[in-house]
Amino acid sequence: MAWFKKSKELKTDKKVKIPEGLWVKCDSCKEIIYKKEIDRNLKVCPKCNYHFRISARERIKLLVDEGSFTEIDATLASNDPLKFRDKIPYKERLEENRRKSGLAEASISGEALIEGHPVMIVIMDFSFMGGSMGSVVGEKVVRAAEAALEAKKPLIIVSSSGGARMQEGIFSLMQMARVAAAIARLNDNGILYISILADPTFGGVTASFAMLGDIILAEPKSLIGFAGPRVIEQTIKQQLPEDFQRAEFLLDHGLIDGIIDRKDIKKTVSKIIELLA
Amino acid sequence: MMKYYLEFEKPIEALELKIEELKRISDGKDINLSGEVKKLEKKVKDLRTEIFSGLTPWQKTLLARHPDRPYTLDYIPLIAEDFIELHGDRRFADDKSIVGGIGRIKDTPVMIIGHQKGRGTKERIRRNFGQPNPEGYRKALRLMELAEKFKRPVITLIDTPGAFPGIGAEERGQAEAIAVNLMQMSRLRVPIIAVVIGEGGSGGALALSVADRLYMLEHSIYSVISPEGCAAILWRKNGDFTSEDFSKAADALKLTAQDLLSYKIIDEIIPEPVGGAHRNIEQTARSISDRILDTLEDLRAKTPGKLVEERYKRLKKIGSFVGEG
Ligand SMILES: [Zn+2]
Repeated sequence: MAWFKKSKELKTDKKVKIPEGLWVKCDSCKEIIYKKEIDRNLKVCPKCNYHFRISARERIKLLVDEGSFTEIDATLASNDPLKFRDKIPYKERLEENRRKSGLAEASISGEALIEGHPVMIVIMDFSFMGGSMGSVVGEKVVRAAEAALEAKKPLIIVSSSGGARMQEGIFSLMQMARVAAAIARLNDNGILYISILADPTFGGVTASFAMLGDIILAEPKSLIGFAGPRVIEQTIKQQLPEDFQRAEFLLDHGLIDGIIDRKDIKKTVSKIIELLA
Repeated sequence: MMKYYLEFEKPIEALELKIEELKRISDGKDINLSGEVKKLEKKVKDLRTEIFSGLTPWQKTLLARHPDRPYTLDYIPLIAEDFIELHGDRRFADDKSIVGGIGRIKDTPVMIIGHQKGRGTKERIRRNFGQPNPEGYRKALRLMELAEKFKRPVITLIDTPGAFPGIGAEERGQAEAIAVNLMQMSRLRVPIIAVVIGEGGSGGALALSVADRLYMLEHSIYSVISPEGCAAILWRKNGDFTSEDFSKAADALKLTAQDLLSYKIIDEIIPEPVGGAHRNIEQTARSISDRILDTLEDLRAKTPGKLVEERYKRLKKIGSFVGEG
């Protein structure tokens, strides 16, 4: 039995190894798929509709009118208030992530048009330190919200984050309160805020701006929650339900307004703006 | 009553046991050891002062979680009169890891809300080790909105390892419950004073501590993640972590009241008796209520609009970055 299982795994392994980069394994259904096919399909698995993680730049292209995006606050950068070091100093880790991702921080913000509607947008990028929220991510949300309020435009945020950024300690934690307070002011002034959740959205991001949208939408099969599944499993020592913390699970439990395919997101957001804002 | 001593308190324990023994020996006998006892008492006092003035962040973490450390329900009868506990979120359950109610501090009627840990196995389980579920945060918000309706200030006491990580908590929207508290506290039109009395564990602590003034007891902690959680992420390794690992993580996180004051994230530190809050709970409670009364006096003159505006400005200042937009 054990031998049989092992040899089967080996076979699969061999398959995965053929031409590096041409094929990818779907995180959700585990099928091996031709990469070009996925790229053509907006990075969505043609077999199971899993929405692969994409960069903030790719998202902006999908969401806003071509050429309409103007970035703001592009030069904001973390300055390591705790003088934190894990395996390497935090400052080096930031440098390394900047090089790797080509981004200055874990989010990009700015103004744009969505089917002609002026909006403020903030897009998170999981490839920069797991999309974690430190002072800069918090500040960008606060500034985008204030700009939305000032110009009476809707605010659209796409989240993808592991949560608060440990390396900035208490400063990261406090960002949760700051961004929530900025969203409160949109509420008080009748400004529409649409929160879009992408895989994965967790911790201090979910427990602040991500769950405060007037409308909350999610991409299919995205993992969304407060505590990570591993932490929960270790705490309660039980196996977790099959679709636990998937977008479909959240929809079922009344926590989000809808699940929208990537190809439909722009159209949907535009319609919501027309109906509400 | 048996006292509980932490590892770094062992030298104190040894001396205190000796004093007790001397007292027992001399009790009802002719031999007078009072000179000896006095000398030892002075020694233990000096030793305690020395140990407690040089605590490391990890030692403070242990002290903040000390099994004898006073909890919210220990303080309430000492700081408030006529307290009436109010239960439930009116939606799902009464979360016993958050308690709240109305009472009077000196002449001022207030709403007091705090995390509640339990003492002893049975009570600890009943209080879920001070880890709230969504209904706890929703109860807290209900009580805060009640206070707003009747223009009563809100006092919160913070002491939790964090929000509970469980299946039910996720099903019922733990993240949403915390997020909504953060948002609503930022716009609540009555004064809010928050005091960290023990463990300020991440988002689960923050959800009760958006305030006009934030204070911490001298040996309390406040952190984005526990030293244990931090160590597990930083030094993934097989086998057990040692207290050195946790000590290193606690240092790195800058989680003490003194650190947070230096970052201007808290307004002031409330001193504890030498040896920690549990060594003299009456004195600690007096220090807390004095601080609350002074602050209420300060905040009383502000209109609700001004309170909310200033609370927002306070929050806006918290961040550490370079560059301009
Ligand atoms: Zn798939």
